[in-house]
Amino acid sequence: MHWVDYQRPESLDAALQAFAANAGNAKALAGGTDLLVQMRAGRCASGVLVDIKNIPELNEMSYSPEQGLTLGAAVPCYRIYGDKTVSAAYPALIDAVSIIGGTQIQGRASVGGNLCNAAPSADVVPVLIALGVVCKVTSAGGTREIAAEDFCVAPGKNALAAGELLVSLHFPPPALQSGARYIRFIPRNEMDIAVAGAGVSVTLADGRFSAARVALASVAPTPLFAREAGEALVGRPVHAASIAKAAAAAKAAAKPIDDMRGTAAYRRNLCAVLTRRALEDAVARAGGKL
Amino acid sequence: MKKTQVQTIVNGRPVEFLCEPRQSLLEVLRDNLSLTGTKEGCNDGNCGACTVEMDGRIVPSCLVLGVEAEGAQIVTIEGIALGSGLHEVQKAFLEGAALQCGVCTPGFIVATKALLEQNPNPTEHEIRFWLANNLCRCTGYDKIVRSVQAAACRLQEEAPA
Repeated sequence: MHWVDYQRPESLDAALQAFAANAGNAKALAGGTDLLVQMRAGRCASGVLVDIKNIPELNEMSYSPEQGLTLGAAVPCYRIYGDKTVSAAYPALIDAVSIIGGTQIQGRASVGGNLCNAAPSADVVPVLIALGVVCKVTSAGGTREIAAEDFCVAPGKNALAAGELLVSLHFPPPALQSGARYIRFIPRNEMDIAVAGAGVSVTLADGRFSAARVALASVAPTPLFAREAGEALVGRPVHAASIAKAAAAAKAAAKPIDDMRGTAAYRRNLCAVLTRRALEDAVARAGGKL
Repeated sequence: MKKTQVQTIVNGRPVEFLCEPRQSLLEVLRDNLSLTGTKEGCNDGNCGACTVEMDGRIVPSCLVLGVEAEGAQIVTIEGIALGSGLHEVQKAFLEGAALQCGVCTPGFIVATKALLEQNPNPTEHEIRFWLANNLCRCTGYDKIVRSVQAAACRLQEEAPA
């Protein structure tokens, strides 16, 4: 790896100063499980690593039934699934963070990092989209919010401008009779990159879907918000026929490519199957019956 | 282009070293501190050969910078044995022939010890899932899994009721 300088700010202000002082040449270091690999491969030329793990706001993990969950961008996976309250409130988040890499990677890798890395296959991003997460981004110039579905803009590219830092992710409180699920397809049992993945959330009321969101992994240049698939459910009865319509809409929304992990046609079929299965599980988690 | 001074605790002992910020914890352990029990495999977080414990969590030391060890507690394979005797996990791996070339073994043992500390009686599925980040190209895993189960039995027999 080329020479890098290392800074470890202990406040958000100090971190923003570090980014401002090294405009375009600084990278935020959380778990490093993507960044260090990319730097060694010569795919990231930054000269300054700003370690953001000692900043309180980036380590925050606080939940209340009224406010929902605030998750600091640097919180590693193991802290999330190690928290009983968060695990009970957001099981779909746990679905994703417990299959990112293996145990060792989960000891380092963060949800914020998985999002910023902006891989089309990122396991956690469909969950963030399905749950309606809002990303809080700050810079010396101020703070703004970005919806999870707008955060990834191209393979490996996110919506952050130079000098901006992802501080935290805000999960709305789970609605009554709501459920969510993430599942992916990989040819191995674990430690692999999704051929396709589906993250879904549903809210039920009086035997019908009152809200639903579907997002897909690995079938577009970015994690894909399949808005039509969720809309296909709203107002319809909690029934397999409704879910079949949503699965067909997810398949139609996918824009996959052929690559070494699967063909486009295979991935489109996976979108239908994974969306159906994820929705069935989400309905069960919401306390509904099909 | 200045080296950084780092203070940390390795295997219970306070340690100070100078390193370049780009050096991984793995490089520092092997090249600066001569703790060569931790092995380099893939150097990109896939194989688990370089697994160490850092502040109570197992991590791939190839994806940790040496400078990030400031103030941390690190346990390497050299810190697993108890005094002059081997740890039950080490004994079980030896007796169960859970190794051939041995390059993956330090990582497996560090990871197994951490598993059994938090889950003393894991199912086979839990063992395989926990160890999915450790690759072995010799044994086919079966002997490793059996040895983890044997170590779990022995540690439970030893544990005060």
